Amino acid sequence: MAASRKVACVEIGGIPIALSTSNEDFFDLLCQRYDGFLSSSGPEFELDFDLTDAGAVSDDEVRVRRDGDSEEWLIERGDFQARWDPRTGRGRVRQNANPYSLDSVLRILHSLILAERGGFLLHAASAICDGRAYLFSGVSGAGKTTMTRLAPPDITLLTDEISYLRPGNVNNDNDGYSAFGTPFAGELATAGENRSAPVGTLFFLEKGPENRIEELSSAEAVRQLMRNILFFAEDNRLVEKLLATACDFVVRVPIRRLTFYPDGRVWDVVRNFDRNFERSFERKIERKLDPNFPRVLEHA
Amino acid sequence: MPENCIYIARSTAIAARALAGEMMVMNSADSTFFTLNEVATAIFQAADGRTPLREIVRDKICEQFDVDPEQAQKDAEQFVAELSSYGILLVSDQPLPAETPR
Repeated sequence: MAASRKVACVEIGGIPIALSTSNEDFFDLLCQRYDGFLSSSGPEFELDFDLTDAGAVSDDEVRVRRDGDSEEWLIERGDFQARWDPRTGRGRVRQNANPYSLDSVLRILHSLILAERGGFLLHAASAICDGRAYLFSGVSGAGKTTMTRLAPPDITLLTDEISYLRPGNVNNDNDGYSAFGTPFAGELATAGENRSAPVGTLFFLEKGPENRIEELSSAEAVRQLMRNILFFAEDNRLVEKLLATACDFVVRVPIRRLTFYPDGRVWDVVRNFDRNFERSFERKIERKLDPNFPRVLEHA
Repeated sequence: MPENCIYIARSTAIAARALAGEMMVMNSADSTFFTLNEVATAIFQAADGRTPLREIVRDKICEQFDVDPEQAQKDAEQFVAELSSYGILLVSDQPLPAETPR
């Protein structure tokens, strides 16, 4: 007789996913790990976990690809293998009982779901300040965890590592983006709060001798954004959609470079930042040869 | 290959989006990201696989930008060679299907 399966519904970013397992210890682990994100909502998606003796968490690059010409996704890394069918909303995961493997599978699944819905996961800390979410993105060492450590007590931490972004906000689905808390912790090793808020500003971080906020060109903003979005799928259609989303985000959300000296005063700068965002895309087209014609301006 | 027989087509393995007068192009395979200026964008958008490069330069560049035709052709060929080396554009001496797989 097959062992009975226990199910926990984990709702991150307003997307409930039922996680089932026949292993009691693993069930306890996932309930503990996603405490604060457990939900009684009806699940939109289902993932069944089968535990194996697969190796420890792998540094191998993850592969996310369609299974041949089908719609089904294959998600593979040294420590897990998963299949997920977006048409049925069901998937199956084979992994060991490691919680980091579990986090990785969930992050990848959310990245696929979000890409179809105009959202994305971003390498960024995020926090709610005065009712708006502020995002702090950058490469490892840029200061994401530092910003969260320096946050005053009235700040609500959404995440110190992976920000969860969806279009629309609580007041108007067509206005801007919202950031949601996630249980995916970075160096701080603390899960974010399960709350959301309209995104105020995205800052790309750099450490420096003083606090300074600078504007970024649209192209640079998109470039930085694409560089920091978590996306693994080898799928041109979804990459196109993601690029469209990144462009839309740049239009709707103020994006700045924040050079900061790591002490608490940087949060005063963030609080006082002028939120009146206006970016005009009207540009006079000069009917003359660009001096750099036709050089590709930049690539990365 | 004679200059007037160069045909160019956009690869299917790319994502492109115009924003604020610039074209952003991303190679899905390796995430290489390019920003094209207005002139480069005009060539990129005209890369339908059927129109010879010389015709693109004549109709889309020389008509709209104040540029010496020979210099424009030379620069365009250099640009096309650069983008094709990154798999963004496909180059052939025969007409190509538009948005050709690499």
